[in-house]
Amino acid sequence: MLTAEDKKLIQQTWGKLGGAEEEVGAEALWRMFHSYPPTKTYFPHFDLSQGSDQIRSHGKKVVAALGNAIKNLDNLSQALSELSNLHAYNLRVDPPRFSLQFLSQCLQVALATRLGKEYTPEVHSAVDKFMSAVASVLAEKYR
Amino acid sequence: MVNWTAEEKQLIASVWGKVSVEQCGAEALARLLIVYPWTQRFFASFGNLSSPTAIIGNPMVRAHGKKVLTSFGEAIKNLDNIKKCFAQLSKLHCEKLHVDPENFRLLGDILIVVLAANCGKEFSPACQAAWQKMVRVVAHALAHEYH
Repeated sequence: MLTAEDKKLIQQTWGKLGGAEEEVGAEALWRMFHSYPPTKTYFPHFDLSQGSDQIRSHGKKVVAALGNAIKNLDNLSQALSELSNLHAYNLRVDPPRFSLQFLSQCLQVALATRLGKEYTPEVHSAVDKFMSAVASVLAEKYR
Repeated sequence: MVNWTAEEKQLIASVWGKVSVEQCGAEALARLLIVYPWTQRFFASFGNLSSPTAIIGNPMVRAHGKKVLTSFGEAIKNLDNIKKCFAQLSKLHCEKLHVDPENFRLLGDILIVVLAANCGKEFSPACQAAWQKMVRVVAHALAHEYH
């Protein structure tokens, strides 16, 4: 469960990205495709080469959704409701609790490479819990 | 037999060359206990684990972290024979320590975040991919002798 301290750390950390959010999103996706090739199976319609416009634009979407979730940490279920429907009924990506861990890991690595020492154990824990909560909400309607 | 490309071996070695085994080991283990607090169940005899500060400063955690990462170093020296290299450790984790292998995956991922924080931009996507493969292979080897 996200504590008040967790929420503060998450918002602060996101704030530190200072406009680089989109880059972080694209990088996280690229890392995910590289480290976990099976995740590419959900994007046969994409140009998955490095720096592709589609990866950039999808990274931007993902990050916007996360940014929105971060503004609504007290009501994740509602904030992510549309996305939850989309994942459950349209995209049917392998239930987020399995796949999201790959995106979560890659997002964390992208954040850690940028923040270095500032990616403290407490921040690490808060972000990990946040991504876990997002995954739970996205998986809610699967069945 | 795991196939390592020359590039993967080079990426693994180059990151490893920059790592302080003592520092990174301590940090990785501490983060495991902080980010996934249920893993503290294996360390009841380690004393004060009551807060992130306590865990990070705990000398037993630091020492054990160093031990764990030193072991990792053995795997890196024996990339072509990791299963054999870890056979004894695997039996130990199963028969004496009773550790659910899922925890090896958790520690592996945490180690990668620690490496990323330490190496910054140098921890490229290609680097990460080689290391994700590395930790997966190590986790698999550690689980191999379970019965």
